[in-house]
Formats: sequence, structure tokens, C-alpha cells
Amino acid sequence: MTDTRTQPETTRAPLAARLARIADSDLWWSFKNSKSAVGAAAVLAFVTVTAFLAPVLAPQNPYDLAALELWNAELPPVWMQGGQMPFVLGTDVQGRDILSGILYGTRISIFIGIASVAVSLAIGLLAGLAAGYYGGWIDNVLMRIGDVLLSIPIILAAILVSSVAQALLPPELREAGIAAVLVLAIALYSWVQYARVVRAQTMVERRKEYVQASRLVGTPGRRLMLKHILPNTLTPVFVAATLNFGLAILIEATLSFLGVGMPPNQPSLGTLIRVGNQYLFSGSWWIVLFPSVQLCILVVAVNMLGDWLRDALNPKLR
Amino acid sequence: MLAFLIKRTANAIFVMLSVSFIAFMIFRFVGDPVELMLNEQATQAQRDALRAKLGLDDPFIVQFTTFVKNAAQGDFGISFRNQQDVLAMIAERFPATFELVIVATLISLVVGIPLGVITAIHRQRWYAETLQFTSIIGISLPSFVVGIGLILIFSVWLGWLPAFGRGETVDLGWWSTGLLTPSGRLSIILPALSLSLFQITLVMRLVRAEMLEVLRTDFIKFARARGIPARTIHFRHALHNCLMPVVTMTAMQIGGLIAFALVTETVFQWPGMGLLFIQAVTFVDVPIMAGYLCIVALIFVTLNALVDITYAVIDPRLRGADK
Amino acid sequence: MISKTGLKVALLGGMAAATLAGTASAETVRWGAPRDIVSLDPYSYGDSYTINFLNHIYEGLVRFDRDLQIEPALAESWEIISPTTWRFSLRKGVKFHNGSDFTAEDVLASLTRVSDESSPLKGNLPAYKSATVVDDHTIDIELTGAYPLLLNDLTNIHIFDKDWLVENNAEMPTDVSAGVEGYATFNTNGTGPFVLESRTPEAQTVLTVNEGWWDEPQHNLTRIEFQPVTSAATRVAALLSGEVDFVDSAPVQDLPRLSAAPNLKVLERTDLRTVMLGFNRRDELVAGGENPLNDLRVRQAMQLAVDMDLIQSRVMRGKSRNAGTLVAPSIPGYSEALDSVVAADPDKARALLAEAGYEDGFEFDFVCTNESYVNEEQFCQAIASMWSRIGLSPRLDIGPTAKQTPKRAGGKADVYTIGWATLPMLDTYSILVQMLHSKEGNSGVFNWGNWSYPEIDKLTQAASVELDREKRLSMETEALRIAKEEIVMMPLHQQPMAWAVSADFEDFPQFPDNKPRMWFVTR
Repeated sequence: MTDTRTQPETTRAPLAARLARIADSDLWWSFKNSKSAVGAAAVLAFVTVTAFLAPVLAPQNPYDLAALELWNAELPPVWMQGGQMPFVLGTDVQGRDILSGILYGTRISIFIGIASVAVSLAIGLLAGLAAGYYGGWIDNVLMRIGDVLLSIPIILAAILVSSVAQALLPPELREAGIAAVLVLAIALYSWVQYARVVRAQTMVERRKEYVQASRLVGTPGRRLMLKHILPNTLTPVFVAATLNFGLAILIEATLSFLGVGMPPNQPSLGTLIRVGNQYLFSGSWWIVLFPSVQLCILVVAVNMLGDWLRDALNPKLR
Repeated sequence: MLAFLIKRTANAIFVMLSVSFIAFMIFRFVGDPVELMLNEQATQAQRDALRAKLGLDDPFIVQFTTFVKNAAQGDFGISFRNQQDVLAMIAERFPATFELVIVATLISLVVGIPLGVITAIHRQRWYAETLQFTSIIGISLPSFVVGIGLILIFSVWLGWLPAFGRGETVDLGWWSTGLLTPSGRLSIILPALSLSLFQITLVMRLVRAEMLEVLRTDFIKFARARGIPARTIHFRHALHNCLMPVVTMTAMQIGGLIAFALVTETVFQWPGMGLLFIQAVTFVDVPIMAGYLCIVALIFVTLNALVDITYAVIDPRLRGADK
Repeated sequence: MISKTGLKVALLGGMAAATLAGTASAETVRWGAPRDIVSLDPYSYGDSYTINFLNHIYEGLVRFDRDLQIEPALAESWEIISPTTWRFSLRKGVKFHNGSDFTAEDVLASLTRVSDESSPLKGNLPAYKSATVVDDHTIDIELTGAYPLLLNDLTNIHIFDKDWLVENNAEMPTDVSAGVEGYATFNTNGTGPFVLESRTPEAQTVLTVNEGWWDEPQHNLTRIEFQPVTSAATRVAALLSGEVDFVDSAPVQDLPRLSAAPNLKVLERTDLRTVMLGFNRRDELVAGGENPLNDLRVRQAMQLAVDMDLIQSRVMRGKSRNAGTLVAPSIPGYSEALDSVVAADPDKARALLAEAGYEDGFEFDFVCTNESYVNEEQFCQAIASMWSRIGLSPRLDIGPTAKQTPKRAGGKADVYTIGWATLPMLDTYSILVQMLHSKEGNSGVFNWGNWSYPEIDKLTQAASVELDREKRLSMETEALRIAKEEIVMMPLHQQPMAWAVSADFEDFPQFPDNKPRMWFVTR
């Protein structure tokens, strides 16, 4: 973290060369040699690709109310007696195809995960840079806001933000807005982590000669600084982002399970589990089982990758 | 030292003030208290009268000041739904949540520390790797899925353990405990297990990381060189050195566990503060939501401040450090 | 509460179901309720679930018998001494749980308390004007006008002990806005068959038998342990494992499983409550723009689009009774001629929409709650799906009652669900005056769509003062006919009610108003 290079690396290598360099890197080597990392990445890729191809792959659009046919309600998976194609994993009480529900639900879960990480990264980077570079009251205000946020446990913060925001949404925006609200609810909390890392690095860089020098000649050293700060913070930020991605998916699922997340007509995995849980004892176990399994697989794969990444990027453990 | 104490306390007070602002915003903007307090058959005139009486028409800043003043005295008003004092209702639930969290924490230490030590000292062995791998699953499984699974297996299929509630409780003064009755002890097993799963994994991973670090130090190398038996090295010297971070983390996690318990409490209908809160969210019982938020934040902030101060007492170098 | 001994394991449909047998004595009922009561004060909140539970502790002047006919309780007899004055002779020798005697002063104090301006239950005694104590055991109740349904209302007005109220400064209803707790919120002193032992809100409320009850008990219970278990799945699990032995709201989808369990029996029947849809009838939709719902053809199309038979068989598992009119068959004023269910005809629905000029459909807010009615979340989704199939675009908004009611009552819903059982009145007049009547004064409080049908208003007002029962009922039926023709409300069904109890209860009567009355239970 105390890199003293003053000459920034400004090479813009051609793509092939860059790929070759990646393939040659320590990270890639460590990845290739970690069975769990390769496995997790493969599972994650599969889950993500199938989720994003949901409109093509899924036999049914579970959000299209007109496509749901009550006659098909509660069909068991095809390998059981009474199961019917194309409902491979059976249907729920609305006649919603479970497989389609899972594919679309995974898409929502992944979307909320990615979006909340992206939003919190953006806020965190900006806040960290501003706090570190300007210092003074800006730093104070931003960091105190961070303290306050971190003093509310994430689950509580997310429940509160999403229930408040949902109450304030006008009805026209409600359907489209809920996912955005959840993204915000989760992102509002996790940016602090990134901000702290970036702020610390910015403070280190700010005191360096090249910044002071460029200030003297009147050109702000900000751009130059950015090129130094970002690579140095990339590692911890990247690891945190991967783990937060998993966390975001879990939080979203929990909120939906508690009934303050995605509504039943736009089900995420958590909503599917909440609804399915009502049919746990009536014999329709497939409604709750398959979404639960998918959620677990997804989060396990993300966390395994994050875990490997942390070890691989932490020189002390190598 | 005094300066540090004052600074730390001021920081905590500032945080609490901000939290109460958030609580107030919830109080003010979620749902319409008037709709919740009145009978559905109330007339518009009654609604207006109540609105005026509650001070909902006062300027924002006046309402907030009143709210903070009352909250500082532990007065969060009375629940819209139950018409009981919010603080008293939360205090009544506190023992249930606290016992759940403590038992879960104990389970996580008792299980997590040995697992951490094993995975550290045998880190190349297959079982250590399996454990390390399993621990990722432990961190990844949503606790409500675990809870549903535990109920299905242990209550419905096997019929060994109760599916909900706290069993019989005994009152010790104002504290009601379920740990002194057989049914109470049976009832706490499943919820505590499902709450501790995540924590076990955290403890195990922390112990492992710390152990690996300590085992690499010269101090341990010297001990090895002196021929001290491996068991003594591992459990007396090495483990001893990594207990401090474990204790710190456990202390700081308790606040988070108290909040996270609300998921477990919902699944197991455990009559703690979290269940009260979730029910308040459903019924838009805003005074309870606001009160719960303030109290959980207070516990959280106090624990963090205590940990910081303890550290400062142990290690004076930290006193001047930028927090 | 639970013992390890007596573990019974039964195989059931490939799943092992087991029982944690209770050690509690045979005369205990462990009641797993879908929700908690809100308070111990029956006048705290206009909530019929709470009021019914508290009926175990408190009693009214009159009560319903096993056949839901009104019979004397704390009043032994009554007479109408003028069209607006009723004289009640009170039972002698009745004691409150704290030992004090029951007198006319207690009735006066209770009526004063419940009819106070700040009382949330004021609306449950709409015709009350004042009361005068004649002697220790006689009281006159003065009404604002001729009113045939006073006794029905009085079944729900629980009687407090005046001295107890005075001593504890609880003569007035608890004023939530004052931020002060009321003594009666935590403490009870009634005359009823059970006495409060303890209460922890949202956790457990325990009642024990009142040995000194004035009436001959028909039950043999000694203890009631009431515990809210809000999650339906947990409630079923608790029932299957024997942790509770009575559940008053068993999910319909779990009934086969529960009836198959050897240690349980399921009691089911159709509720009095008719679930229906209401329409926004203001000039504009919630989101703005001209309101197509004011066009009768549009409402007809919406009714024709919904296949209630399919919902009945799939969502309600064949347990509901589809309704053609707004009240259940046993409610006075009901007419079989009106109770014809409109058969689904999506083609005709589309044609009607086109005729009205909405062949491309329109968007509207469809507001449902997720816990007010049986499987509401599911049937709302099914209805929304059926509407989308004729080209409409419902924006389904599902949430807890506390969040949805302000929207519905405040005109922020274009189509909404509502259920009406006509309780505690048990008469069609209830729905006419509360819901179908134009919104004015105390009438039309639940007229959330803001419609106005002068003919319905006229019939309602005439019925309110008609003391001849037959004439009154025919006016009420006529009003229902207009409502059906105009589709003021769209009736869906009478919902099923299902209770599950431990098989060893000898007698566990179930009532069409879905209120458990433990004073009739024997074990």
C-alpha cells in the first residue's frame, strides 16, 4: 500500500498483449491452480448466463400476468407423477413455471447485487477521494456520515430504507421503483467501506512531492493522483466488492423473504422462497426447494470466488 | 486518556443524534399515524383533531426537538397498536433476544475456535481444506433458509425440538429467562443454531488467519526450537495470542447479531425485540420502529465505544491515533 | 410445555410426522393464533378479533348462544318502554373477578366510556344517546331514534367495573395521542368465564377459569394459553408437532395434510364474510386521466373476465363459496334470486370493453392486502392475470393492511378488495349503511370509491327506521338488487374458514362468524 513509484504506468498495450499479460500473471496462475476457484467461476458463469438469457431460455415469462394460467397451478416437477412439460421443475399456485421463475428471479437478484455494488463503489470512490483530497470539514462530514451508517446494522438499515422508500413511491413508479429502492437501500450502507480505503490512500498520495509540485506550478495534480490511487486501492476494493456482491444478494433475498423486498408479481429468489414457504406442508415442496437451492448455489459461488481472490491477492497468505 | 474518552463519547453521542434523526424521519414519513390510531369509522373532523393534537402540523424542527428530548429520556411514546409504552415493550423483549444472541455467540466460540485451530495447524490436510470449504457454505446460506430447513427436519420430521416460541420462562426480577426450564432450553436450540451458523464461520476463519500469522512469528519458532510439544505450542501459546482479536470481534458482532436476530426470530416466532420490530413494520407501528432503531443503535455504539476504550487502556499508542 | 416423553412418530405421505405431546393438563387449550390481540382493553381499538378474545374475560348485557341467537347475559330481561327508550333488568349476584358486585352503575360507566368522543368503538353503538340508572339492577338506555338493532350492538359492548375504572383512572378510553398508557390496557376485571393470568404482548396471554362465574359453565377448561404464531407455515408445524392444540386460521392448502394427521381434526365451514372488489368512481383514476370505471360496461367486462370457478377450485381449494350478491345466505336481507354467479366469458368481456371504447385496455391500480382475507395474495394475482388477458393493465399493489387501508380509504386505489360480514349486526343493513350508501355524515364510511346511488340511499334510510321486519328486509333486498345490477361492488366469494384442533376435544363448536368461543369447548 505504500507504493512509492512516481512514474505512473501509462502504457496502452494492444488487447492481445494485455490478455497475454493477464494469462501470465500471478493471479491467473493462482486461479488456474485453484479447483474451487475454477469451479465457482464456472458455476457463477453458468448461473449468470442462464439468468440473463432468461427471456430466451425460460418457457414462460413469469412477470407477464396474461401468461399465467391457473389451470396449470401446482404441477409437480416432470419426473413426478402429474408433472407436465414444459414445466420441468413444476409450477406454483399461480401456474407460474418454477424454472422460469428461478431464471428471472436470479436475474433480479444478480441485477440488484451488481447495481448495488456499482452504486456503492461510485459513491465510495467519490466520497473517499473528496474526503482524502480536500480534508477539513468535507472529510469530517463524510466520515461522520459513514460512522452513523455503520452504527446501524445493515439488515436494519436495509429494512428501514426500503420500507420508507416504498411508502413514498408514487403508484406509477412502484413496479419499476422497488428494485431501485432495494439497490439504494443496500448501496447506501456499503459505500463506507470503499470510501475509507480510498480516503486513506488519497491522504498518502496527497502528501507526495509530485502532487505538491504540480500544485506549485498551478496544475492540479488530481488526474495524476487518480492514476496512483486507483491501482493501489484496487486490490482491497475489488475483494470487498466481490464479497459485498454476495452479501447484497443475501440481503435482498432476506428483505424479500421478510416481505419488504420484491413483490410477488415480480418475484426475486427471496420472494419465491417466501411464497413457497406457505406451501411447505401442503406437499408442494418444489415451490420452495428449487429457489432455495438456486439462491444457495449462487451465493456460495460468489463467496468462494471472493474468498479465493482475497487469499490470492493477499501476499501474506501466499 | 481523558481527552480520548471525551472525544470517543462525543463521537458516540453525535452518532446517536443522527440515528435519532433517521428514526424521527421514519416516525414522521412512514404511513400516516392518524390513520393508524383511529378507528376506520372516524370522521374527517376527528382525524384533523388528532392530527393537531399529535403535533403533526407543527414545524418540522419543533417536532424533531420534541422527539429527541423525549427519546433521550427513554420516552418513545406509546405503540399505536398495543397502546403500551414503547420502551417497556422493547425492554420486555430484550431478555429473549439477548439470551438467543448469547447462546448463539457461545455456540460460535465453542465450535468456531477449535475448528479454526484445526484448519490452521493442519492446513494442508484434506479435512482442513474440506472444513475451509464448508465454512464458505456456512457464510453463504441465508439464515431463513437454514431456519426453515431446521424446522422441517427437527420439528416436523423427527419431532425432537419445538418449531416456535421460547417454551416456559421463569421470571428473575424483571428478567425473564427460558434457560432454567427444560422446555425453554429445548426451544432455544434451533434458533440459536441457525443464528450462530454465520458466526461460527466468522470465528473459525478469524482464528485460522490469526493462528497462521502467529505460527509464523519468531516467538513460536523459538518455542518449537526449544522442543516444547506441538499441542502446548498450538493451544497455549499460539491460541492465546489470537484470542484478543476473537474477543474483540465477538464483542463488536453482538450488536450486529442482535439486529440480525430479527430474521431468526421471524422464522422461529421467537418473542424477542426483532419479532416485535418486524411486526411493527407490518402494522406500521412507527413508535416501535423508531424506538427499536434507537435502542439497537445505542447497543451497537456503546459496544464499539467500549471496545475502543478498552483497547486504548491496553495499548496507549492508540489514544492519539486518528479514529 | 413440551416433554420428550410421549414421542409419537407417525408416517405420513412419505414424511415422518411427529408429535411433541403436551404435558399440560387435559383441560388446557393451547391456542396458536394467526395474530395477537392488540390490547386487553376491549374499547381500545375497533378490532373484532381482540373484542372477541376479550369476551372470554368481559361480558355484555346480552350475548350470542350456540346458534348465534341473542340471549340474556348480564341483563336478565328488557322491554321497550318508548320507541327510543329500552329498559334492562340486570342479573343479580354477579361478581367481577376482583369480587365486587355488578350493578347498574357499572353499566352506566361502561356505556359512557364506550360512547365517549375519543372512543374508537363509538361507531359500534351508533344509536346510543344516554343512559339513566333506575335502581341498582335496572337501567334505561335512551336512543337517538327508533333503532331495531340495539341488542345486536350490545353483544359487543363489554361491561367494566365502575369502581375499578375510577380507582385506576381509566374511566375514559385510552387516549393514544396523549402518549400515556391506560391501566385497562394491561389489566382486566370482567365478569366473564375466564380470568387473566398473564400477558406478554405478541408472545403469550394466559387465562384461567373463573370459578365464581355466575353462569353454569358448558365448558370444562381450566386454562387457555393464547399465543400468536403469525407465520402460517410455523403455525402448521407447531400443530403437527403438538406444540399447540388449536389453530383458528389453518391455511386451506394444508387442510388435507392436517386432516390426515391422526392427532388432529379439521373443522371447516364457510365464513359469513363476503369478499368483494370495490371500484374507484371518482372522475379521475388515481394516476390521473379520465376514469373508465365509471362506465358500467367496463365494470361488466371486468366481472365477465374473472373466472371465479377456477379461483374457487385452484386458489381456494374448493373451500370457498362463490357469491352472486354482497351478503351470505344466512344474513337477513339475503335473496337467493340475486345470488347467481356471473359465468366467465372473456370474449364477451373484450367485446364490452371495445364497445365502451377501451379495446386497448387501460392502466389502473389494483390494491390488495396480503393478510386480510384467505389466500388474498393469490386470488388477487389470479384476478390481475385474468384481467390482463382481456387487455387491461392492472398495477397490482399488495401490502399489509396497515399500509393499504390508508390508500383504499383515501381514494388512492382504483380497484380494491374488501370483506364484509355485517358483524356484529348480522343484517344486510350493515353493508347498506356502511358501504353502499353515499358518503355523508356517519353513512358510507366504507364507501371508499365515492359512488352515489340515490335510490340505494333512499332505501337504506327507509330501512333504518322501519320496525316491521319483513318490510325492512324487502327494502334491503331491493337495495342489493340495484347494487348487483350496477356492479357497485363485485362480489367474489364467501371465504372458507378452517380451524384445526387436537383430536381429543370432545366438543369444539365452530361459528360462522369465525370467532372461537372457548366457553363452549370441552376436552
